[in-house]
Amino acid sequence: MSKDAEPQHTSEKHRLQGNRESMDFVQQTILDTMERLEYGERDLFAVRIAVEEAIANAVLHGHQGDQNRLFEISWSISSEVVTVTVCDEGRGYDAEAVPDPTADENLTLPSGRGLAMINAFMSDVKITDKGRRIEMTRAKEKLSEG
Amino acid sequence: MAEQSMLQIFDTDGISNVEFVESNILDELAIRRIGDELESVIDRKGLPKIVLNFENVSALSSSALGMLITVNTKVSEKHGKLAMACIKGSIREVFRITKLDKAFKICDTVGEAIRAVK
Repeated sequence: MSKDAEPQHTSEKHRLQGNRESMDFVQQTILDTMERLEYGERDLFAVRIAVEEAIANAVLHGHQGDQNRLFEISWSISSEVVTVTVCDEGRGYDAEAVPDPTADENLTLPSGRGLAMINAFMSDVKITDKGRRIEMTRAKEKLSEG
Repeated sequence: MAEQSMLQIFDTDGISNVEFVESNILDELAIRRIGDELESVIDRKGLPKIVLNFENVSALSSSALGMLITVNTKVSEKHGKLAMACIKGSIREVFRITKLDKAFKICDTVGEAIRAVK
């Protein structure tokens, strides 16, 4: 298929085990599509890290590290914006209660930075269903002209 | 068969110069192995002096940051020094976002990092 004939918008939904294979498959598929739609390096890096952290949170915290339990992921990618949603089947958590990892007194804590990284790298983040669902959106960065 | 090392370590003048073999430090198992290898470097040294060279690294998760914090704490407990070098654009942003650029000694070059841990 010629590049011109390829769709300018794609969306997919999967239920996957929480292992490395799934994470690599998801990231590669999303990044391939973004590259095709001419997203820049900073966008690719940001979405990759956010997806990595969201799935890691679902598996480690939502499913207590049980990689056999299934999480659900869906994404929608247009030439302007990427939205990725990750849902787990865990007990949920209160996102407001997560300590701020950037506070001076928390800088040496070895965990708790995943959500902060997602919030920093994505333009919009919505956590619903008592922490079991995270929807993350990033708009394509405008490259400076000239 | 022995597992392949996740790190390349060059000891010079009492300083351990560490390079990462994998460019993506994302996988939980790989991060644990890197942490174990760094801890064995710390354990072997009376006064650990470590330079972590990020030249090859292109992606880093929060779990990897946690491992680096643990390693830094262990070095400090032995009154040693740890410095990081060659952290590129997007990875640098990860350190800045998490404010870990305040918690770690970060240098532009390996030479500068070596001087920092001497």
